[in-house]
Amino acid sequence: MLFDLLGVTPQALFSQLLLGLINGSFYAMLSLGLAIIFGLLNIINFTHGAQYMLGAFGSWMLLHYTGLNYWYALFLVPIAVGFTGVILERLLISRLYHLDHLYGLLLTFGLALIIQGLLRNEYGISGKPYAIPEQLRGGQNLGFMFLPNYRAWVIAVSIVVCFGTWYMIERTRLGAYLRAATENPTLVNAFGINVPLMITATYGFGVALAALAGVLAAPIYSVHPNMGADLIIVVFAVVVIGGMGSILGAILTGFGLGLVEGLTRVFYPEASAVVIFVIMAIVLLVKPAGLFGRTV
Amino acid sequence: MTDIEKTADGVADLQITQSAHGMPHHHRMIFLALLVVALIAPFTLYPVFLMKVLCFALFACAFNLLLGFGGLLSFGHAAYFGAASYVSAHAAKVWGLTPELAILTGTLAAAVLGVVFGSLAIRRQGIYFAMVTLAFAQMIYFFSLQAPFTGGEDGIQAVPRGRLFGLIDLRSDFTLYFVVLAITFAGILFIYRIIHSPFGQVLKAIRENEPRAVSLGYRTTQYKLAVFVLSATLSGLAGATKALVFQIATLTDVHWSMSGEVVLMTLIGGMGTVFGPIAGAVVIVTAQNYLAGFGAWVTIIQGAIFVTCVLLFRQGIVGVLARLLRKPL
Repeated sequence: MLFDLLGVTPQALFSQLLLGLINGSFYAMLSLGLAIIFGLLNIINFTHGAQYMLGAFGSWMLLHYTGLNYWYALFLVPIAVGFTGVILERLLISRLYHLDHLYGLLLTFGLALIIQGLLRNEYGISGKPYAIPEQLRGGQNLGFMFLPNYRAWVIAVSIVVCFGTWYMIERTRLGAYLRAATENPTLVNAFGINVPLMITATYGFGVALAALAGVLAAPIYSVHPNMGADLIIVVFAVVVIGGMGSILGAILTGFGLGLVEGLTRVFYPEASAVVIFVIMAIVLLVKPAGLFGRTV
Repeated sequence: MTDIEKTADGVADLQITQSAHGMPHHHRMIFLALLVVALIAPFTLYPVFLMKVLCFALFACAFNLLLGFGGLLSFGHAAYFGAASYVSAHAAKVWGLTPELAILTGTLAAAVLGVVFGSLAIRRQGIYFAMVTLAFAQMIYFFSLQAPFTGGEDGIQAVPRGRLFGLIDLRSDFTLYFVVLAITFAGILFIYRIIHSPFGQVLKAIRENEPRAVSLGYRTTQYKLAVFVLSATLSGLAGATKALVFQIATLTDVHWSMSGEVVLMTLIGGMGTVFGPIAGAVVIVTAQNYLAGFGAWVTIIQGAIFVTCVLLFRQGIVGVLARLLRKPL
């Protein structure tokens, strides 16, 4: 009845909502990584999109060159990409902490251009297919909709990872150090905690989260060098909407906006590409600090 | 106010003492030299290439007005450049307007967009400002991809150059060159005037220390919005002119990589200098011209220049020259 009124079939509505939730999982994982990195390093990591792409490419390369399947990729790729992040932070990014944060943005933008350009040179711009792992093929018929197993898996993993990260930061001793260092690094350093090491580890962790999102995305979207570039701009908008002050805020905003985007695709498809930007404009008008932001 | 300027680098100090008596002598000489070079250049170099340099020089100067003097990093200036390019192409092709009116319409569109996006973006500071402007520019990109009048992936092609004021035929590259030179030169002189006006001095004060400017009674939001709109409008002027030069408006003009390019030009030339963005535009457009055959290497080289500039060469070409000559440039 309700569906007749709205002029959409329940299948269409739920499948778009599911797709929205999938996008939301990626928004949540990426904006979470950006928020953690920003909290401690005070830079916006423009390379985040390229690192997400490296995650997807890494799993494709692992399969293509060494034959190691998805399950290996799920662990090896985030570690490897996270390690490259550690090197970048030590070699380049750490030289900018005494400068205005805008330089961090410009540096990481340049790094993103280099990474994307190198892969485009090597592999072209056409997408590489990556098959869904055997164990996760097929799906469940829920009566009102068909739920592909792999999509359920992506949402589940991302929820577990997001809340695991939240727990680690908000509820453990390590997380307490991290939050303290975000507030006042000099003081925490004076207490004998190795803040520079923590900064490097945090960057590596944020990058590994992006790479994990990339591994999860590889079987859903085709793997190509520009896959992260457009996504990262949407994630920036998500971060502006949520505000980077709160971990839980970043997660909730990510999932919420994915759903809103899915709904828009059902009712007004033309606007689905821009709906997040429109919401950003509204949030800037009504609550400029962002939904969960503490400071302007 | 003079107090605040003293907190800025010595370069800014010098500028103030001299600007009281009009343009400092060495600036006048540089502008004259640039004009002479620009007038001779089309006799030896390909005019279309030179016009590209001119359009990007104006675009970079407009961007530098916002970043170098307002201290605001917009990562979405392609929106104003590209939107103006589309509107002027549409005005010239579909509405059949004369070139000066088409450029004016495009510029006006960029100004309107600047007011809308600027008034929203200035509600956030620093890094958020950069992200907000980038997100709005991406919105314009998606709009241009889908809107009926932009021609999607093909863009608006075969834009007629028409007759200036209905009299002068601009089909010849050589004639058009001097029109573009006049527009660019006027635009850059206008930016110079803004920077050295009392308004420009307040902008510098806000850039150096916003809370202090507020405490002195300046409504900093209005100043920031004004400089944002001026910068967007002049970027639009550059984009609208570019559409007539190349007779095409495409998605490239509104893409984020265009926003990145203008940041790169300003960075490599020297942000916050008068002549830096012009030097940056010359360097980058020339490099693109020579590297055009190398495909993705252009992106990689641009990325490498970004990294190098940020780590080792933050003052830029003109910034370093100014330090060596001990004169503000």
